[in-house]
Amino acid sequence: MLQMIAQRLALGVLTLFLISVLIFGAIELLPGDIAEEILGQSATPETVEAFRRELGLDRPAHLRYLDWLGGVAQGDLGHSLANRRPIADLIAGRLANTLFLALYAAVIAVPLSLALGILAALYRNSLYDRAVNVFTLSSISFPEFFVAYILIFFLAQSGLFPSIARVTPGADLADKLHRTFLPALTLTLVVTAHMMRMTRAAIINLLASPYIEMARLKGVGPARIVLRHALPNALAPIINVIALNLAYLITGVVVVEVVFVYPGLGQLMVDSVSKRDVTVVQAAALIFACAYVLLNLVADVLSTLSNPRLVHRR
Amino acid sequence: MTKTTNHSGQLGGISRRRLLQGASALGAAAVVGPLGARVAHAAPKRGGTFRLAMGHGNTSDSYDPATWDNAYVQVFATARHGYLTEIAADGSLVGELAESWEASKDARTWTLKLRSGVRYHSGKAVTAEDVIASLNYHRGEDSKSAAKPIVKGITEMRADGPGVVVVTLEAGNADFPFVLSDYHLPVMPSSGGKIDPTSRDGCGAYVVDSYEPGVRATMKRNPEYWKSGRAHFDAVEMLAIVDPAARQNALVTGEVDAIDRVDLNTVHLLKRARNVEVVTTTGTQHYTFAMDTRAAPFDDNNVRMALKYALDREELVEKILNGYGEVGNDHPIGRSNRYHAASLEQRTYDPDKARHYLKKAGLDKLEVSLSAADAAFTGAVDAAVLYSERAAVAGITVNVVREPNDGYWSNVWMKKPWSAVYWGGRPTEDWMFTTAYAEGAAWNDTFWSHQRFNALLAEARSELDDARRRAMYEEMQALVSNEGGVVVPMFASYVMGLSSKVAHPEQVGANWTLDGFRAIERWWFA
Repeated sequence: MLQMIAQRLALGVLTLFLISVLIFGAIELLPGDIAEEILGQSATPETVEAFRRELGLDRPAHLRYLDWLGGVAQGDLGHSLANRRPIADLIAGRLANTLFLALYAAVIAVPLSLALGILAALYRNSLYDRAVNVFTLSSISFPEFFVAYILIFFLAQSGLFPSIARVTPGADLADKLHRTFLPALTLTLVVTAHMMRMTRAAIINLLASPYIEMARLKGVGPARIVLRHALPNALAPIINVIALNLAYLITGVVVVEVVFVYPGLGQLMVDSVSKRDVTVVQAAALIFACAYVLLNLVADVLSTLSNPRLVHRR
Repeated sequence: MTKTTNHSGQLGGISRRRLLQGASALGAAAVVGPLGARVAHAAPKRGGTFRLAMGHGNTSDSYDPATWDNAYVQVFATARHGYLTEIAADGSLVGELAESWEASKDARTWTLKLRSGVRYHSGKAVTAEDVIASLNYHRGEDSKSAAKPIVKGITEMRADGPGVVVVTLEAGNADFPFVLSDYHLPVMPSSGGKIDPTSRDGCGAYVVDSYEPGVRATMKRNPEYWKSGRAHFDAVEMLAIVDPAARQNALVTGEVDAIDRVDLNTVHLLKRARNVEVVTTTGTQHYTFAMDTRAAPFDDNNVRMALKYALDREELVEKILNGYGEVGNDHPIGRSNRYHAASLEQRTYDPDKARHYLKKAGLDKLEVSLSAADAAFTGAVDAAVLYSERAAVAGITVNVVREPNDGYWSNVWMKKPWSAVYWGGRPTEDWMFTTAYAEGAAWNDTFWSHQRFNALLAEARSELDDARRRAMYEEMQALVSNEGGVVVPMFASYVMGLSSKVAHPEQVGANWTLDGFRAIERWWFA
């Protein structure tokens, strides 16, 4: 087990390295650089030249990459090219915001989708099952911003919740939860269907197996069959799907951030790509990659643990 | 409680003589400000926190005046900084840190007298050295400033005593004090002849509390602000809300007190909301389709004329701007400009004339490509498609090329032979023409070089007689309209949404959005 974790972590570091090369290369390939993007319509050849000189962008790409890599290896993410702010400062607040929202949404979405999924498996093909399926599948099928606007229309215009998730640094938790409720709810609606369907499918799959039939024959009630007998064996696929959705909540929520004006990492990444602020893009990409690598690792460890045959291997 | 007000700012209700003297007439105006005798609303009240949401703002924004390129940083800068001159709401020029100015006869040497006793937020006094350092920051070989072409004409600056700066120009420029009002040119504290471009220190009406680029800025009123009758809010919070629907929702639900860039497709819905006032100003902001006059077929003026007759301007104003704008006449000088050529006949949609010019060019039909993206201006692609529809009637095929928004200004504008362009406009005719129509200018996006036009431009710049100057600028507008490489279909209004709690002077500046970027210091809570 420990060996597996170590191995996976080493692979993860290699993945991060490859991603940083890829991202750097991709930004180099994009037309224009930070000097042209920031000066925009006002750019003239001389000012672009001076801008590049000041930022050292006139040096060859591989040297700039090695410089950056050297810094990161020592834990220094460098400065934003655009406004010289230290990236660590720039990202810290954003990362905290992103994690807060992801956690908030996960705390609502994970229990909700597990419960809905289990109930749907229990009462499959019933009216309840169909209603849950239709509702969750419709909410995942609409684009996120549409779901967000619908929620704003019903819940914000009536004054129940604020339409923009303006979080000020000093706000207390209750206020923060209130202000970010709509984005969290939007994300919940977006991720619930996936997890709910997987839970339902995994359990239904198992309900057809002989050991469940055995349990049923000896007179175990339906709730106990699902919770005690089917669910433990269905955990592996469910955990994997939850991990993927958590990673999505961290990395893929830029649209929700924009609609609710929530200063998270996604917005930072999009802004920085559009201005070719390569150091910030690199840092944000590394964080996203870390989220995927770590969540997948955790999912694998947990699903291994959920299977006694893998834990007690002979 | 919904109402709409339109303010057609008159740029420059000011005579030549008064401009050159500066002090006597304008010093007084600066004190009275735009809140003079004609205020219909109740007298301004002090107090409150003004929450302003803007449709711009990017994480990569900074305090560096060399890079200010969007309305968020421009409004933010104007709130915390002082400038040498200010364009008043009626379009006239008034002194700000420059109390008065005096030009030599040839308008080449300008002597600026600085207001005394003005201090930065840090407590340091504003000096002549600061003024010189602030302007120098944009000059010279190592300048990366977007304002470099604006201050190019300056050849020498020196301090003449503590409160006087003498600026020498390459050639006479009667409009030089207007240039000093440019948003790139705040006066910032200096040491050793250099300003610190990462500093937030200024001498403006509001002191920065916190700033997170692309998210939020908070400011407090500068208790020592020298202007009277300005800076009524106790505190200001500026939010960047780029999504138009989110911005409008924030206004309707009372999360913010004012927004800019109201979405023209849904403005009628916003007007229905109670307690919202939609304010529009029409000034110098205009949209163009710029042709490279060096490249075939645009090198033939008959082709250019055919294209100018082949679009329906009224339709564009109606459909793209939803009526929030005015038709253009193929030159960049708007009705609010001082020397706007009102006598010049308005060009209209005329497929027969377009065909006539095609024939003159020796062509039966014409096929051209027009590059557009919404980065050029909102609705540019739709505008190009409408253009294409109308031009087809005249036998002209306009292929609309939808370009990516990303990198539009570096890869499409001035690279493709015909492209859609946005111009915020300039407060004076000379400035606008020199920026984008003079031969060899960095942003001459039509690569136009017209001998008579260039000669007139140089002559008018140092001309002292108002009537002669007007004649020259009117001739130049006719030249651009009839021989230039630019189609100017429309002047777009700035459309803002205000909570009915917010009051503003009767006249709202039209030179830029949000009362010439100065809403924060000019508006108040009713």
